[in-house]
Amino acid sequence: MKKLINSPDEVLADALVGVAAAHPSLTVNTSDRYIVRAGGPTAGKVGLVSGGGSGHEPLHGGFVGYGMLDAACPGEVFTSPVPDQILAATRAVESGAGVLHIVKNYTGDVLNFQMAAELAADDGVRVEGVVVNDDVAVENSTWTAGRRGTGAAVFVEKIVGAAAELGADLGTTAALGQEVNDRSRSFGVALTPCTVPASGKPGFELGEDEVELGVGIHGEPGRARSRLASAKEIVGVALDAIHADMPLSGEVLVMVNSLGGTPLIELYVVYAAVAEWLAGHGVWITRNLVGNYITSLEMAGCTITVCRLTPQLTYLWDAPVETPALRWGR
Amino acid sequence: MDIDLARTWVQAIAAAVDKHKDHLTQLDSAIGDADHGVNMHRGFSAATTALTDYTPPTVGAVLVKTGTTLISSVGGASGPLYGSAFRAIGKALDTPTADTQQFAAALAAGLASVQQLGAAAPGDKTMIDAYAPALAAFQQQANSGSDFATAARAAADAAEDGMRATIPLQARKGRASYLGARSIGHQDPGATSTALIFRALAETVTAR
Repeated sequence: MKKLINSPDEVLADALVGVAAAHPSLTVNTSDRYIVRAGGPTAGKVGLVSGGGSGHEPLHGGFVGYGMLDAACPGEVFTSPVPDQILAATRAVESGAGVLHIVKNYTGDVLNFQMAAELAADDGVRVEGVVVNDDVAVENSTWTAGRRGTGAAVFVEKIVGAAAELGADLGTTAALGQEVNDRSRSFGVALTPCTVPASGKPGFELGEDEVELGVGIHGEPGRARSRLASAKEIVGVALDAIHADMPLSGEVLVMVNSLGGTPLIELYVVYAAVAEWLAGHGVWITRNLVGNYITSLEMAGCTITVCRLTPQLTYLWDAPVETPALRWGR
Repeated sequence: MDIDLARTWVQAIAAAVDKHKDHLTQLDSAIGDADHGVNMHRGFSAATTALTDYTPPTVGAVLVKTGTTLISSVGGASGPLYGSAFRAIGKALDTPTADTQQFAAALAAGLASVQQLGAAAPGDKTMIDAYAPALAAFQQQANSGSDFATAARAAADAAEDGMRATIPLQARKGRASYLGARSIGHQDPGATSTALIFRALAETVTAR
């Protein structure tokens, strides 16, 4: 294992010190382990809290700030946060309008957020939740834990964050988050595995000429392992899978996201193929993100997320945002 | 079972998890996300630390404290699941000592809380596949008048059988379920840590 760390067990603690030092707009509570806006909660605004295992930076801490989240709860690497820290973050951002939990659909995340929501309700805090489950690589059936949450988390946090700044109430933000999730789909592909610092070994193995199609953001296997093909062919597989699950039409928001180890030049190669595929199917990209937004440590590969926009969603996407990882219009 | 034994049991689990940490993580990397050993180690280390300066009034208090500490320190699905199990077992043992029948009832309450939270059934390739047969074996021994140590050994044997029986199963819950048929042929890490917990119980009470 070759990593720029001080100790495998202190990666998260050391990184949080760095986050606090780098971003004066954020306050990091290192004992309860949550990240909030430095200015404190906005009176009368629904508080937005997300969280999950670390190793996906900038998700979620990098999206704390005006127009997006109020707080993020980082768990250990690839491990969901515990109820105590979610509860502490929920209390910290509550300002009378209730708190919305944005949760990616993994058993651990769902259970820990659920326990925290029950504890918060005992304190009289109104909490609602949106479970993000946009990954088409996993069949959604009663025989699995359901679809995984991936790139759509970024869209939900941005769009719901904008609505919350404009004064949307708790029920409205929850419904909007659900709508964004329902209109979004993702597909990931891995070229190399990644290594969790505390375990020291790669989470899986991939041959020199192999790719994992439909990989999860923790390196969980996807639909199939296949030979490395051209970016165009791989994009075809990803978009075929998305299109088969949710027929694409009209205006879309597209994110081409690096899993951590894939350079920007390759993301642009992928983006070109995505744009060509979509144009060939009569679908128009009107908004996009290309870069590192929801990573998987140093894994090489990318995820492609598509959201079918409406005029309202476009308006909220364009609304001002000021966070470490996403900022415009302000 | 008494207060001192309950504490020794938790310490024995911590020692077993420490010893098998890499094995648990290795099993988890095959069908999960390679953190089960690390997470369980962090949780039970925290639990033994929490018990060090604690003077519990009942057997249950030891186990409730253990469960609460697991919920606060493990994360993942294992934290809430094991944490709730220990809390439920502890809540059913509000006495300074517990006989075999009382402990059987407490173990049943623990299983019920895990199933309520995780919604898994036997055969889903989860910790339930070790826990349910262990409970059945413990109950059977308790009902036939066996002593605590005999019941605990039967439970540990049944948990290990159940653990091995997860190998041919296809996962239907948790992160392993994403693998579909590719989860077949791998032993479930959660069932494995559950078997460690029951083996630690058997060894603790047998050593007494």
